[in-house]
Amino acid sequence: MTNHWVDFKNSDVILIMGSNPASNHPVSWKWIQEAVSTRNAKIICVDPRFTQSASKAHLYAPLRSGTDIAFLGGMIRYILENKLYFEEYIRHYTNATFLVNPALKLPGDNKGVFSGFTNGKYEKDTWSYQTDGAGVIRKDPTMKHPNCVFQLLKKHYSRYTPELVSKICGTPVDKLLEVYKLYGSTGKPDRAGVDLYAMGWTQHTVGTQNIRTMCIIQLLLGNMGIAGGGVAAMRGESNVQGSTDHGLLFHIWPGYLGTPTASLPTLKAYNEKRTPKTKEKNSLNWWKNFPKYSASFLRSMYGMNMGLEEAYAALPKLDDGANYSWLQIFDDMYKGKFTGFFAWGMNPACSGAHSNKVRQALTKVDWLVNVNLFDNETGSFWRGPGMDPAKIKTEVFMLPCAASIEKEGSIANSGRLQQWRYKAVNPPEEALPDGDIMSEIFFKVKELYEKKGGPNKEALTKLTWPYGKMAGKHFHYDPRKVAAEINGFFLADKKVENPTKKGEFKEFKKGDLVPTFAWLQDDGSTSSGCWVYCGSVTPDKGILPMRRDTADPTGLGLTPGWAWSWPVNRRIIYNGASVDLNGNPWDPSRAVIKWNGEKWTGDVPDGAGDPGKGRPPFIMKPDGVASLYGPGLADGPFPEHYEPLECPIEKNLLSPQKNNPAIKRFDKKGVGSDLDVYSGVTSCDPRFPFICSTYRVSEHWQTGVLTRWCPWLAEMQPGMFVEVGTDLAKEKGIKNGDKCIVSSARGEVECTAIVTPRFKPFNIDGNMIHEIGIPWHFGWITTKDRTYNPGDKKAEVFTHGDSANLLVPTIGDANTMIPESKAFMANVVKKGVK
Amino acid sequence: MNVSRRGFLKLSGAVAAVSGLGISLKPAAAHAKELKIKYAKETTTVCPYCSVGCSIIVSVRDGKVVNTEGDPDSPINKGSLCSKGGSIYQMAVNENRLGKPLYRAPFATEWKEVEWEWAFEKIAENVKKSRDASFKKTNAKGELVNRTEGIASVGSAAMDLEECFTYQKFLRGLGLVYIEHQARI
Repeated sequence: MTNHWVDFKNSDVILIMGSNPASNHPVSWKWIQEAVSTRNAKIICVDPRFTQSASKAHLYAPLRSGTDIAFLGGMIRYILENKLYFEEYIRHYTNATFLVNPALKLPGDNKGVFSGFTNGKYEKDTWSYQTDGAGVIRKDPTMKHPNCVFQLLKKHYSRYTPELVSKICGTPVDKLLEVYKLYGSTGKPDRAGVDLYAMGWTQHTVGTQNIRTMCIIQLLLGNMGIAGGGVAAMRGESNVQGSTDHGLLFHIWPGYLGTPTASLPTLKAYNEKRTPKTKEKNSLNWWKNFPKYSASFLRSMYGMNMGLEEAYAALPKLDDGANYSWLQIFDDMYKGKFTGFFAWGMNPACSGAHSNKVRQALTKVDWLVNVNLFDNETGSFWRGPGMDPAKIKTEVFMLPCAASIEKEGSIANSGRLQQWRYKAVNPPEEALPDGDIMSEIFFKVKELYEKKGGPNKEALTKLTWPYGKMAGKHFHYDPRKVAAEINGFFLADKKVENPTKKGEFKEFKKGDLVPTFAWLQDDGSTSSGCWVYCGSVTPDKGILPMRRDTADPTGLGLTPGWAWSWPVNRRIIYNGASVDLNGNPWDPSRAVIKWNGEKWTGDVPDGAGDPGKGRPPFIMKPDGVASLYGPGLADGPFPEHYEPLECPIEKNLLSPQKNNPAIKRFDKKGVGSDLDVYSGVTSCDPRFPFICSTYRVSEHWQTGVLTRWCPWLAEMQPGMFVEVGTDLAKEKGIKNGDKCIVSSARGEVECTAIVTPRFKPFNIDGNMIHEIGIPWHFGWITTKDRTYNPGDKKAEVFTHGDSANLLVPTIGDANTMIPESKAFMANVVKKGVK
Repeated sequence: MNVSRRGFLKLSGAVAAVSGLGISLKPAAAHAKELKIKYAKETTTVCPYCSVGCSIIVSVRDGKVVNTEGDPDSPINKGSLCSKGGSIYQMAVNENRLGKPLYRAPFATEWKEVEWEWAFEKIAENVKKSRDASFKKTNAKGELVNRTEGIASVGSAAMDLEECFTYQKFLRGLGLVYIEHQARI
């Protein structure tokens, strides 16, 4: 999230698209309602289903799942045609003026793909900028040059007419125009608009580009960096922001440092390659500091036990261009590539796309370690539906861990706010905090390597681990020590020049906490586990995420003394774009930052240099401005509408290119497995005629791994259901409460029918197309009719039904490989009916 | 932690109001009823479910959670909670929580309770065996990769930040590259 939850109250128009906060982030509604009550804000909801959020919206527009880019592309066209954009903002703070390589071809002139598409991927040389002799990007401040970004944007989205968009999305033209007009009204300096999205945008083959389209709109309207603006990624887990910040993904080290690849043999080569360079003279290019962060991370791993180059060499490298992400893991596992697997605080047997493939894959590993609070479908996969334990070799360890109130530590919410949690009680019986468990395993493995040796053993044995002490038989993990490690230390006495005041020096002693990441060093004299969190622990005030000061000096809800947010306690990132070139807020009534003649007041300024010095505010971009044109992505510099892989229509009404050309198909020869099947790819498949989307309900969380075991919640939402529109139910002879079977090319799941007007058929180019929806919180372990052995835990309130992910295809977004759970093809029939 | 005086007064008021509305006791009996958080020790926590970050007060007496409710001091939730956040009590007070390490031997049809020490040792042996057998110093091109290809890990956004850092440290120290979690799905 660029802003934070309380900031919703500062918005004038709140676009809920790709999410359903009333159900899934219920308390956020407090701030949406506050905007309505105090500012007369308007809520727009765009969703295939008339959700709880839709029921509270002033304006609801239905759209067919998987057509968000068409819908929003139409909005871009409307904003440009009607000159609703914030011209001064885009001229100075975006790349609208940049001139692009004249060889670039847009999809409208190139059969639906951008130039450079060969052998299933893009060569991006025609996507480049024009530069002068000194390497500076050529620009046209009038934004009239036919090759400037602004004109290319206009040209690209000129194809997205309301009539065509309506045919693709199934949204009536008048609704489209109503949404475009209302949201477009936020392009004025004194109006703010925000989009709230969640998995409704990410879980598509065009997921990244869905979000890009909204970013383009927010930039055109000058909504980035301001109070009540931004793009709100509402995350699905309490700490998924934090776990991502800390690099629990194959492609990033903590702090968004790209994992090293094999072609970069030394730290020097890695830094050289990954540190962006710019010829734009006023650009701060913050990532120029990359070598300080990589060196400090390496020190947080090995301390002084290894030199920096040695530490870099010891750590694992990816093959260049290879993907090691979720879908790939389970594909490789299914093919027998792994002997061991940790499913730590996760339940992939229900959360993984094509759960049958995941469950089969688990039978192929020699050992599985599953750490969780309750018995679950992953730890117990060997006795799940269709499994014969006598034939399954997998050795399983199911380790009981402490719940959030049984240990201490911090989590980061979607607003990047890191809050501390305290221990209230001991965990039940012998259950242990995750930190204790992983430390114990680490010490045991380390001991084995110290005794018996093994390949590259120093990479493991030289890790530093000063994170607690022995208490009785067990290691007691101390999160406060780790919080300090993440912040970082000086590892040697050092005199350092103040990064913000030339000529002023400060002396640090070995062991001192590093004040902020601006003080981190590239020579190995500092450590920091995750540079964006540097500044969260201080010598005088301790762990800042523990703070509980509710004062709100600006009245905007920034509450700078409540906990701590990264980076450097900044509550609204990109806030340097909330002021004009002279440092005056675009909207003085909502000033996030303000120049008082000597210094900035308000929020911690982001990218704002001294007014009048011309520094562009988007300092994390090498050229200092935000990207209307984004040549870095795998599937195009502008978002283009493509159909979901499984879709209900024969062709893309916009171009001859039906699907995102850059996706990885697991059904291709030599790629996936026999289980990777899709329906309706080349032409519509009558066996699976309906669009299906998964979603959540308030009462459960994720796979229900915790909530299904809580009787209050299980009583309120007791099992799998399918929402079927009234017309479709009539056609299929389904009544409310009937047991139904929902099936896809990959599996089936039993559901109770909810016949509802919340789903209405879509008119797609003259065809009536139905969509159905299913929640994904259920699993067989908490059902009544499974086999129970003596000693098995038995839910106090049973739930019924299994995982919605049994139906979801193994196809991912072209950039992130997040599975397309929000738009696939399915069938629904009354149970017992063929 | 300290709940502020102001916060505590607001909080007690809220509790009394809820009791008055939700329980049909005669006025005299209601008057005589003691607050369930009397003599309880309070700590704050943050909801483990969605990403809003609602603050919750946990009341503990004699080592048992006796009550959980929204923290009125939080500028985010100001005391409100949704159905999930309001049920945190049942996460701690729940007979179905796993309390002992469980082990399932190859081809076995049942779980067996085991000692932590035994489990840790056996897991460590497995890790070493898998790592040693699948460790690649160099790739097909002969480039240095120092990676363990035979072990994968998923998880977890359900852990604390500090644990996430520590876990990735352990995994990368082992040489894993197949490291993923909830953020990808």
